[in-house]
Amino acid sequence: MNMAELNKQVLQITTEDRALIKAVQRGLPICSRPYAEIAKQLDTTEQDVISRLQLLMDKGAIKRYGVVVRHKELGYTANGMVVWDIPDDKVDEIGICIGKYSSVTLSYRRPRRLPEWSYNLFTMIHGSSREEVKQKVEEIVASCGLQDVKHTILFSTRRFKQRGASYSAEQAPAKKAAKLHLIKNTGKQKTPAN
Amino acid sequence: MADPIKNSINDFTPLEQHLLNDYQHDMSLSATPYADMAQRLNVSEEEVLQCLQSLQDRGVISRIGPVFSPNRIGVSTLAAMAVPEQDLECVARIISAFPEVNHNYQREHDYNLWFVVTASSAEHLDIVLHEIEQHAEYPLMSLPMLDDYFIDLGFKLKTHAHK
Repeated sequence: MNMAELNKQVLQITTEDRALIKAVQRGLPICSRPYAEIAKQLDTTEQDVISRLQLLMDKGAIKRYGVVVRHKELGYTANGMVVWDIPDDKVDEIGICIGKYSSVTLSYRRPRRLPEWSYNLFTMIHGSSREEVKQKVEEIVASCGLQDVKHTILFSTRRFKQRGASYSAEQAPAKKAAKLHLIKNTGKQKTPAN
Repeated sequence: MADPIKNSINDFTPLEQHLLNDYQHDMSLSATPYADMAQRLNVSEEEVLQCLQSLQDRGVISRIGPVFSPNRIGVSTLAAMAVPEQDLECVARIISAFPEVNHNYQREHDYNLWFVVTASSAEHLDIVLHEIEQHAEYPLMSLPMLDDYFIDLGFKLKTHAHK
């Protein structure tokens, strides 16, 4: 996808809405009137917070609204990114087929980068063990008719960073470059401040 | 669904099971969302608040609120790098230090470092990717999402109690 295409999907977000997004992206407060609490931080009213969230929802900025559970803490300790090399004219159909499984939490089409990378469908499959993830992949292969499709499972072995997407304003590039320079030069032991 | 997962969900109390399963999507935008849950589940608001707080403190739920759609309030891409084992730790730290990076995992493959980069516009994203490449000193493969086939209804937990 080129830059113009990527930008086309991006909504025009006002400064006020950016502040609202920032206030809610790490979750609502757990108290009787959570939106009143957020309104206080943003110096506005409870009703204003609710209507602006409703508007973001109506515009398609919010995919899901509710309780976000952690897979790992529920016993789904293995996650495999399964990548598939699907004929271009079949990828929509198969992407939807795989996306319907309850153990699957993502099903995205992405570009190939030939010759290094030929996989065009990315799915995330969760299970309580690697064996279970492999078994689920086999089930999906059988029921979506993928016996002849090249695929591979990339298990994660280490998590260096995980947090919800942050949409806050960008850092000053000069400051960031200086910080990175410091990390590089102070060697491999020093932990950078996040 | 075709493949329900058996797990430890039955270790949770019936109230916890309901809160975990029934409110993963379409939670109402009412001024008193927790009192609404309490009314529907026939318990007090205080019980709901305590229960949710406890689930959050135990790390079972990461948060309550919106999950934003990809590429609507910002743009993002999945990036991959092939980094020799001896440099991996250092390169991973450099990459994680970017505020635009929100997931960064080692995976078993020649491309062994996978991370998500999010920025406010495609131009900004391009600049950040370029900066990452320069600082990491390894080539970066960017794989932006082209289509999303997944309808996110949360993560259904199999319970005996659940209707």
